[in-house]
Amino acid sequence: MIPELGHFALVVALLLALTQGILPLIGAHRGNATLMGVARPAAQGQFVFVAFAFGCLAWSFLNNDFSVENVARNSFSQLPEIYRFTATWGSHEGSLLLWTLILSFWTVAVTVFSRHLPEDMASRVIGVMGLISVGFLAFMLATSNPFLRLIPMPPDGSDLNPLLQDMGMVIHPPMLYMGYVGFSVAFAFAIAALLSGKLDVAWARWSRPWTTVAWMFLTMGTALGSWWAYYELGWGGWWFWDPTENASFMPWLAGTALIHSLAVTEKRGAFKSWTVLLAITAFSLSLLGTFLVRSGVLSSVHAFATDPGRGVFILSFLGVVIGGSLALYAWRAPRLMTGGAFSWFSREALLLGNNVLLLAALGSVLLGTLYPLFMDALGLGKISVGPPYFNAVFIPLISPVLFLTGIGPLARWKQASLPDMVSRLKWAFAVALIVAVILPFTTGGMNLMATLGLFLALWILFTILIGFAERLKNVQGSLMQKLSSLPRGYWGMQIAHAGLAVGVIGATVVSNFQSERDVRMNVGDHVELAGYRFTFQGVKEVPGPNYVAGRGTVEVEKSGSKFVLHPEKRIYNASGMPMTEAGIDYGIFRDVYVSLGEQLENGAWTVKVYHKPFVDWLWGGAFLLALGGALAASDRRYRIALRKAEKATDKLAAKGATA
Amino acid sequence: MKRWIPLILFAVLAGFLYVGLYLNPREVPSPFIGKPAPKFVLPVIGQPGTTFSPEQAKGKVWLLNIWAPWCVSCRAEHPFLMQLAQSGISIYGLNWKDKDREAEALLNQKGSPYIVTVDDLDGRVGIDFGVTGTPETFVIDQAGIIRMKHIGPIDEAVWKKKFEPLLDKLEKTT
Repeated sequence: MIPELGHFALVVALLLALTQGILPLIGAHRGNATLMGVARPAAQGQFVFVAFAFGCLAWSFLNNDFSVENVARNSFSQLPEIYRFTATWGSHEGSLLLWTLILSFWTVAVTVFSRHLPEDMASRVIGVMGLISVGFLAFMLATSNPFLRLIPMPPDGSDLNPLLQDMGMVIHPPMLYMGYVGFSVAFAFAIAALLSGKLDVAWARWSRPWTTVAWMFLTMGTALGSWWAYYELGWGGWWFWDPTENASFMPWLAGTALIHSLAVTEKRGAFKSWTVLLAITAFSLSLLGTFLVRSGVLSSVHAFATDPGRGVFILSFLGVVIGGSLALYAWRAPRLMTGGAFSWFSREALLLGNNVLLLAALGSVLLGTLYPLFMDALGLGKISVGPPYFNAVFIPLISPVLFLTGIGPLARWKQASLPDMVSRLKWAFAVALIVAVILPFTTGGMNLMATLGLFLALWILFTILIGFAERLKNVQGSLMQKLSSLPRGYWGMQIAHAGLAVGVIGATVVSNFQSERDVRMNVGDHVELAGYRFTFQGVKEVPGPNYVAGRGTVEVEKSGSKFVLHPEKRIYNASGMPMTEAGIDYGIFRDVYVSLGEQLENGAWTVKVYHKPFVDWLWGGAFLLALGGALAASDRRYRIALRKAEKATDKLAAKGATA
Repeated sequence: MKRWIPLILFAVLAGFLYVGLYLNPREVPSPFIGKPAPKFVLPVIGQPGTTFSPEQAKGKVWLLNIWAPWCVSCRAEHPFLMQLAQSGISIYGLNWKDKDREAEALLNQKGSPYIVTVDDLDGRVGIDFGVTGTPETFVIDQAGIIRMKHIGPIDEAVWKKKFEPLLDKLEKTT
């Protein structure tokens, strides 16, 4: 009964989404206030029904209702309760439902925080989001219904994919989707602006906080995914340039470009049509990412070669949304007046450089991700594109972006002076370069890649300090008073840039200075690595809730201090799938990482030990990026603008009353 | 014109994605197709002292199914292989890297779809056949030539689509 209620709720939600997607858009076009008034209640009602459907599916999972096909395929009676809940979004159907739930959540957020917007703008934004929702709900009901029954009911489920039975994977998809779907708000604002023809500075100011918040979630989601791959896959890697990873990285690059381009549009009124195009691109890439991961076009667990129905549906949907919005752009963009001339050396020009390079990097990732598909489709054979391509192309494109990160925030709008910039930054440049050249010599000699990475990171950090010093030079008061006088937007930018530098340090050091050994170990054997002595003390069988683990004990010793790591090899009961759990000792300056390989005879195992210097700086950097985003999005001026607008409407209302 | 470029790029991309929907990214063409099956002589499981080599199956169309007791997808396709064996299809098994020596007990318990299944403990013959994982199934004709390779479990749909037409054709040539 509960699954049928959930199914029914999805149908109601689809009807509400249709209402929300059609009536307000007509209303905004005709200036009909009654039709526009439908937008908010329809969106909120849709959220209620989607949330109810989601609750029904979660209920079925929690209560082990294996008569629901989705539950039977993705859950198991022995599965711990927390994973029974998270299995709700562990399947194709369930993750679509989560996508839709988050979309309707963002729409409700827009209905709440859009009171200060002109009514037609708000109606258009909510309407566009309603149309996106229609697509997803229709897709689910037509091809991927999560509530289908399975008759006869199997005695037990076939278990959730063991890779997903992990806390990192519990938080990762919702975070990622908050980011993906969050870009739908910026997208809806862009479409609304194209439809109305009103694309002004106020539009950019409304879009900015939404975009920044979505970008913040996407940053955290991507970082969590990378961290999960690091500790769960047992290979010690943190980025594999896998199509699924690229699927979240491409919208992130587009979103990063969009944030910067929106800043120019808001402050200077320039780059308008470029910003609109980026807003469309960021969300299109989110949809494309969902398509790539969900359709099996690229190597994944199951391809749609036998059942292309779903793939054709999503592709048609992509065609309507992306093709439609790009056509609208081509038709309307010439009307967008671009204001604000600027010289070749100015903050605008530097940000434009940042945008062009980011998009070039994005293009190289997109090409590498889809290249195997292109080749295959043209009948030119099967190939795969791996890390050598991505590293060779991505690093040269992203390095200048990092260099510009140091200059951009210090350059003036409109017209900056190059000689002046050189004299302000020459010391930062020189010191960063010297330190970056010397540091690699302390561990093993010259290393150009390490020097490049360290130079760029130090350069960004030094220029941030210069930025603070110059901003505060003419401010009175104690240091604390001075610092707190700076707006949050400025803090957000600087912290995010510092996070970028921290992440670059992590990536550089771990890529160039990590060491690993892959050895066969009998009980009592030891191995030395980076000054650590690892002693293997055997593997014991330990039962888990739905798996049996071989739990290894490895004692690690360095200059007298000792700790013990417990890497595991788990065999899951329902699927028989083996999984590794790495044993990791985390540290600010290094991780010590042990994972079990294959079992050999007489209690011997192959054991992989790694020493990974600075690896946690990667995720520390990502955290600072996200923190910077949160601070920037909460800047006072967005709220002041909001209050001003409210006062203006109050005045208008008062006038209306007296007139 | 410039403003139409994004739309044109997207249209090209969508075209490729559409074609891609009908391609299977996991299907790598095997260089062994059309070539004679690699020769081997391996012990038969459950019959100590007997060996099998592809020579012995010459003159009929047969399937070589690469499987292993530790392979979950192989267990999934097992019931369907049983059906095929009952309908008269000749299936030979190659038990790949069975380090725990479970094959015999498993076949006794669940039934064997194989005329014989041979023991490739160190996986050498598997390498000769270019096996990347289990299950994989080769179709070998009367002259001992490999005609097709299927990666992944066989089910009814796969059988109807890929195997039946080929087997009908091969049977007719006799």
